[in-house]
Amino acid sequence: MPEPGRARFVPLAVPAAALMVTALAAVAGLWAGGYDVGRAAGALVSGAFGSREAFLSVTLVRSVPLILTGLAVAVAFRAGVWNIGAEGQLYAGAIAATWVGLRGGSLPAGVLVPAVLGAAALAGAAWAFVPALMKLSLGVGEVITTILMNFVAIDLTAYAVRGPLQEARRVFPQTDPIAEVARLPTLPGVRLHLGFAVAVALALALWGVLKWTRAGFAIRAVGASPEAARVSGRIDASRVTWAAFLSSGALAGLAGGVQVAGVTWALYEGLSPGWGYTAIAVALLAGLHPGGVLLAGVLFGALEGGAGAMQRSAGIPAAWVSAVEALAILSVLAVDQARRRVRPAKRTATRSLGEVGDA
Amino acid sequence: MPESALAAFLEAAVRLGVPLALAALGETVTERSGVINIGLEGSMIAGALGGAMGALALGSAGGGVVAGAAAGLFVAAVFAAFAVGLGTDQIITGTAVTLGGLGVTGAVYQARFGATGTALSLPTLAPLPIPGLSEIPWVGRALFAQAPTAYLAYLLAPALWWLLFRTGWGLALRATGEEPSASEAAGVRVRWTRFLATLFGGAMAGVAGAHLALAHAGTFAENMTAGRGFVAIAVVVLGRWNPIWVLIAALLFGGASALQFFLQALGLDLPYQLFLALPYLLSLAALAGWVGRVRAPAALALPWPRPGGGA
Repeated sequence: MPEPGRARFVPLAVPAAALMVTALAAVAGLWAGGYDVGRAAGALVSGAFGSREAFLSVTLVRSVPLILTGLAVAVAFRAGVWNIGAEGQLYAGAIAATWVGLRGGSLPAGVLVPAVLGAAALAGAAWAFVPALMKLSLGVGEVITTILMNFVAIDLTAYAVRGPLQEARRVFPQTDPIAEVARLPTLPGVRLHLGFAVAVALALALWGVLKWTRAGFAIRAVGASPEAARVSGRIDASRVTWAAFLSSGALAGLAGGVQVAGVTWALYEGLSPGWGYTAIAVALLAGLHPGGVLLAGVLFGALEGGAGAMQRSAGIPAAWVSAVEALAILSVLAVDQARRRVRPAKRTATRSLGEVGDA
Repeated sequence: MPESALAAFLEAAVRLGVPLALAALGETVTERSGVINIGLEGSMIAGALGGAMGALALGSAGGGVVAGAAAGLFVAAVFAAFAVGLGTDQIITGTAVTLGGLGVTGAVYQARFGATGTALSLPTLAPLPIPGLSEIPWVGRALFAQAPTAYLAYLLAPALWWLLFRTGWGLALRATGEEPSASEAAGVRVRWTRFLATLFGGAMAGVAGAHLALAHAGTFAENMTAGRGFVAIAVVVLGRWNPIWVLIAALLFGGASALQFFLQALGLDLPYQLFLALPYLLSLAALAGWVGRVRAPAALALPWPRPGGGA
């Protein structure tokens, strides 16, 4: 199983260069596929940023689950936890949020909305608990277990929407809409909902926690070098791993809850187009920095939002977005590797310890 | 218990176990060399699309299998260029390659066959009963009236066992996965070995994908591999990086996947979605019960040369 992460911030030059490489490769790919690149780019930009409606109702709305799952991945990777399970944790959160939202219609919104989002976060953390327990008590690496839990959550969703949570007429594989009081308020006239503010607030809070608190220092220390953190005797590495794993799951679960309460108002299969995986691209492009996650989340939200317009006007299949996300991850890795060759680092241990201090 | 239901179950168990076996056997070789390829799922979906398109273009299922292997190999080459060539993190690289594989196959499929997802009519990989063996009571038809790709898996397991554990070539490969620096000092080309082992794993995952498209589903659908590449990685652990046990473990997992058909055939009205989750739950249980008692190759997932630290 993988060596615990050498997760750390990368200078701004790395994501900038990676973005350029990604854009060039994406353009080359479209050109090779025989598509009209100029038209595609125009459609992408106008579909994502072209109007107040496009930006607020499409781009920012789509960025919400990406920011929340991006934060989930960032906090895990910073602590050296390879949580590839944000997708499943998101579905667990969506199931729980839907359940509470369907049952709690008699409660006032001031109680029900926090209950819906709280249930989502708890369910996400519970979904992360299984691989966390397997890692910490049995020594099973979390990469494969978190991925396997994704598929279990997706099958559980398929069961829920055909079984216990299916809509009253029992025709379609989806739930009834959740109670109106459970839904997140939106800005007037657009679809942008309270979830965006929640995501921004959590990103800023996480930034502060990582930078200024003892817990944040412990997370960075364990992520940089679990061995050094353990030997120092002042940090309980397994407690830090637990905390990072569960809060990562909670953030991803919240993404599912916010999507149900803010956008779809119901649960169905395929709720997420793979946000839990896209989140890895978001977090890496952000250099695992919560502030960067905000920017990268909006950027990928724009890409997903604009992809619809590209499909309509230039005939480019929407699945192309996943390929671009993969390109972004590979570009970050390649650029980061190239940077190390140009400026060879000192020995690994000292470098990691040296970077514990900065945030 | 109706005998026909049992026979159908065993047949489905092997049919669903074969792609796991092919991908897991390939990944066994890859992991023995010290590389964990999470991009296996990407190779498998590429193999499924490559298999389908190859079979259509060449008009033969056999040609489709070759095209599937090539597609899986290509995806693994991308992974290896980064993870082995540049020494990037294997987990992140593999995740990206899977994401890219799912995206590119989806885009190519939509571009070529339309977004509606019309079912393709492909030349299918028909069962090839082996005279004599297929008449063995109970298990004969299940094991020996399968598509030719199944026989490839049966033959590959002992062949790989012999190569890995009884030849100098296998020793060099295993040494690469245990002590890369010592191997290099002894004259083994570590990165080249890892590169080839990764390509082999990708080609086998491609054949597994082609089997899914041509022998199991008879068509291609986006995301049709549904995590089988990841289950195959769990199968490698369960099979203790030994090709013989890997084959047996894969067939057991095929049985878990086929259980839903069996229960449906028995007329039990159980929620089948929960049975779909069975292979994943079984993988989790196997990892929980097995890890700690088995030892992975010592240098698994570690880039070589070590970053920042010389060799």
